[in-house]
Amino acid sequence: MEHIRTTKVEQVKLLDRFSTSNKSLTGTLYLTATHLLFIDSHQKETWILHHHIASVEKLALTTSGCPLVIQCKNFRIVHFIVPRERDCHDIYNSLLQLSKQAKYEDLYAFSYNPKQNDSERLQGWQVIDLAEEYKRMGVPNSHWQLSDANREYKICETYPRELYVPQIASKPIIVGSSKFRSKGRFPVLSYYHQDKEAAICRCSQPLSGFSARCLEDEHLLQAISKANPVNRYMYVMDTRPKLNAMANRAAGKGYENEDNYSNIRFQFVGIENIHVMRSSLQKLLEVSGTKGLSVNDFYSGLESSGWLRHIKAVMDAAIFLAKAIMVENASVLVHCSDGWDRTSQVCSLGSLLLDSYYRTIKGFMVRIYSLVLSGGVRCGHLDGDPKEVSPVFTQFLECVWHLTEQFPQAFEFNEEFLLQIHEHIHSCQFGNFLGNCQKEREELKLKEKTYSLWPFLLEDQKKYINPLYSFKSQRFTVLEPNTVSFNFKFWRNMYHQFDRTLHPRQSVFNIIMNMNEQNKQLQKDIQDLESKIKQRKNKQTDGVLTKELLHSVCPESPTLKTSLRFKEQTLLPVNDALRTIEGSSPADNRYSEYAEEFSKPEPAVVSLEYGVARMTC
Amino acid sequence: MEFSELIRTGRAQAQLLRGPEAPPLRGTLCVTGHHLLLSPGPQSTPDLWLLLLRSVDSIEKRVAGDSGTITLRCKDLRVLQLEIEGVEATLDIARSIEALSSLESVITSFPFFYRPKGLRLGDSWHFLPPERYYKRVARETDAWRLSEVNEDFGLCPSYPRAVIVPRAVDDDVLARSARFRQGGRFPVLSYSHAPSGTVLLRSSQPLTGPQKRRCAEDEELLRAVLAGARPGARGFILDTRSAQAAKQARMTGGGTEAKAAYPGWKRLHRPLERGRPLQESFVRLVEACGDPEQSMDRWLSRLEGCRWLAHVKEALSTACLAAQAMEREGACILVHGAEGTDSTLLVTSLAQLILDPMSRTIAGFQELIEREWIQAGHPFQLRCAHSAFSQARPKHEAPTFLLFLDCVWQLGRQFPLSLEFGEGLLLALFEHAYASPFGTFLCNSEKERCLCEVRTRTHSLWSGLNQPKEQRKLRNPLYVLNPLAIWPSVEPQSLRLWQGLFLRWTHPPEPAEVAWEKVWQIVTGREETEGSQPTASA
Repeated sequence: MEHIRTTKVEQVKLLDRFSTSNKSLTGTLYLTATHLLFIDSHQKETWILHHHIASVEKLALTTSGCPLVIQCKNFRIVHFIVPRERDCHDIYNSLLQLSKQAKYEDLYAFSYNPKQNDSERLQGWQVIDLAEEYKRMGVPNSHWQLSDANREYKICETYPRELYVPQIASKPIIVGSSKFRSKGRFPVLSYYHQDKEAAICRCSQPLSGFSARCLEDEHLLQAISKANPVNRYMYVMDTRPKLNAMANRAAGKGYENEDNYSNIRFQFVGIENIHVMRSSLQKLLEVSGTKGLSVNDFYSGLESSGWLRHIKAVMDAAIFLAKAIMVENASVLVHCSDGWDRTSQVCSLGSLLLDSYYRTIKGFMVRIYSLVLSGGVRCGHLDGDPKEVSPVFTQFLECVWHLTEQFPQAFEFNEEFLLQIHEHIHSCQFGNFLGNCQKEREELKLKEKTYSLWPFLLEDQKKYINPLYSFKSQRFTVLEPNTVSFNFKFWRNMYHQFDRTLHPRQSVFNIIMNMNEQNKQLQKDIQDLESKIKQRKNKQTDGVLTKELLHSVCPESPTLKTSLRFKEQTLLPVNDALRTIEGSSPADNRYSEYAEEFSKPEPAVVSLEYGVARMTC
Repeated sequence: MEFSELIRTGRAQAQLLRGPEAPPLRGTLCVTGHHLLLSPGPQSTPDLWLLLLRSVDSIEKRVAGDSGTITLRCKDLRVLQLEIEGVEATLDIARSIEALSSLESVITSFPFFYRPKGLRLGDSWHFLPPERYYKRVARETDAWRLSEVNEDFGLCPSYPRAVIVPRAVDDDVLARSARFRQGGRFPVLSYSHAPSGTVLLRSSQPLTGPQKRRCAEDEELLRAVLAGARPGARGFILDTRSAQAAKQARMTGGGTEAKAAYPGWKRLHRPLERGRPLQESFVRLVEACGDPEQSMDRWLSRLEGCRWLAHVKEALSTACLAAQAMEREGACILVHGAEGTDSTLLVTSLAQLILDPMSRTIAGFQELIEREWIQAGHPFQLRCAHSAFSQARPKHEAPTFLLFLDCVWQLGRQFPLSLEFGEGLLLALFEHAYASPFGTFLCNSEKERCLCEVRTRTHSLWSGLNQPKEQRKLRNPLYVLNPLAIWPSVEPQSLRLWQGLFLRWTHPPEPAEVAWEKVWQIVTGREETEGSQPTASA
């Protein structure tokens, strides 16, 4: 609280960022310990969590006041005009302090209290259980075992305690291999395909330089390929572009030499690193945030940002992975440089293609949890090196969204679910995404001090269900997405979820979902009523007909009652815009620069001229 | 002329390849006067494959050894390949298709021979749109009347017999105004917006010429329009050409309304692409959509380069401007370009969809197309003679109607509940506009249709589409009547490529179709919900 100098500013204007006529709403701005709140004259509230703020900018003073532009990590951009410069300056400084926390303990998650008692909180954390998940995959088994090598984080600090390795890989081999791998991240199991007995493994790049070898590492890779009884060769997939991997050799790192490892097939898949991805996303946002954008500028901007090209590259890599397992029955080892971003992303997406469990709500949560443990979500919750912040998780969600577009029946969850997860990656409201590895998470005592997001999402599950999901037809399906360029589209609902003027605002899925619910409810009503009729009929035979019968068929159906019930919400709706009804105001959209011409009065001379003209005619 | 003269060979053995998804079909190929038939063996499905020759846009033949390949590119953007046994047979069949698919005579075209089961000739042709629409207008205001001044098509060959005009002007004024407008297209009522008391009119350009001629009757007509509208209403003349182009048109006898001559009216210019450049844009988009191998960057740059979506944006925003001026500013609007048969109709019909909930129903939309496109004289035969694949030098072709359909599709995507019809109807209209067994889109004007007796000798597309078995394909299961105006977003982020049309054949939308089927099940409540046993009614 010591950072807050002004808690309330009145007569603040909120500009619409796409309106050419500088349309605005006037209201009051409040600054709390956790949120920035704007209430406009229609009493509509806009809440912005401090942790969501990516940047605050104070622009040059104008006649109407001092402009303050806030960009959020959930792609909300708000443009305020504060009447007095001093207030603006105070808010600016407060936000700078509040949006960047130096210590984990200062994050919202550590003060957030959703009225759950300790046992409920603990239960919440137990929703996802990795041991259970390994059991589901079918490990341990005769080929794969739980290794206790990293139980005390002695071999690799950034790996979890519990790791699965091939049965025949002994501890000295593991230790030896870890010394040959960047940051000690030796090859471990990421996903096991029970039917094919093939595995997806992950690691970091080898410290091979130009010629170095490591026998233990070679043994470990051999052990992985031997753990697959069907196919003796395995793929080693380097997700980096070849040029980057070559450059790493000069620094004593690099990639596996096929000659030194028996039975491996080496493959580059060319996904760019997080620095390229970050600037690509930045460019995309710049383009899509431009006021008065033309169609051509939009597409040339989309092209030059390269964002969709990167999405396609990630998708292609995941498809390669899934094909290796499904078609060739081969195990795959995936790595990039340190084996967090691209590796986690590709392994997760690959397993999503292979295993329909991860396409359910619960399964997706499990997959995200292992993504977090493997360090795949480094979103820079603390004030630190902005270079290490990566958009990899956003990219992962976008890949999943593209899959949901291509396979509308394959996912139990809908777009809203993805948006809600994305919202909370950055919100720091829940403990799920804090810390970069299990060790750090344990040190932070997240399970005792913070809450888990999942139970809250599960409680609201209805909102996130895809009505078209078909469990029966999708259960054993392996997704084979088509990555032809036509299939990649700009994800409007992610990048413009807060821009009310950009349609479509309605989610067809939500409507269908409601309809589905209503149908079920009506069906139940019919049953209830029919059983009542039956009962009555029985009574009627006894000669009793009361008014009650008429009452029970009166129009107030249970559907109406449930829709009227109002429940307190823990999670703010991400895009409340999706719920507005159709029909809008033409003033929201810019159709024309001629708009002002409408209001110009007709010059009086015209009629005079007309009179003259007619006489000469 | 007999078709048999054009058919070089009766039949041949062939294999048909229908794109990546469908299995190849092998059988006997046969060319008839209007169709290409392939009859596979007795046990196979389908038992007969049929292609209307009129729908072939371009044909390419290649021979190698003792067989040949014919590639047929169709007007609905499908690409088919026929592998035919025998070089002679291949060449003969190719020549026959070429000759028969490009026949220009209307009265020998297939609609004059098509006699489907279950339909009676003359059905649905009783649809007299101007008359019907006038009844609606007359209920709201008495400022308009139905004029039969064009009874014999003498005044304006591209107008229907009856047009709606201000009550205050008599037929002589109309006749004079017609002489002052290109092709005789004097200003007529297109849509009356009762809530605001304003109207939408359309016409062609005035023939001011280099001397800046004027016409008192034309001026009187427009003055009467304002007098009949909401008190104090102003007017806007929306010229769909740039100010520069409108000025240049004076050199060839055309031009635009002089400010001084039409008090109360103000001119706006919103240039819309038309003619050759629009056709080229279409061709380039289809080319880009035909190449699944291209990289992401190449695809995006071709999508940008073809400018199709820019045209969609311009058309939509011009229509929105007209609708906005009526609804919000209470102004009357006159739309015209040069001939007033293309971009003019695009704007007036889209503006109605935005404002008028009636036109968003299936029946209302069909009436809108009949009234604002077919009867309003959009030269379908000229514009849709060829689609995107034709090698022939384009003459009068332009995909104006397709652009309209695309804009409607965008509206439907942005307002998924507000249109009673779905993508299926739009796709059907696209197909039938270019090649159809029905007579609805034949000829260029009502006059030509009368001469060819289209109404009595062919079936109407509407009776074909409105059969109960077609309904599911055409309807939007989510429709609920929306009484409000629907204002679309025209930002590029909100517009999308119409995959269902442009990528329909190269990139089959199967999962989407299955999903759509599921939506139908949910909406109609016929889904088998687990655990809900149907209880026998007592």
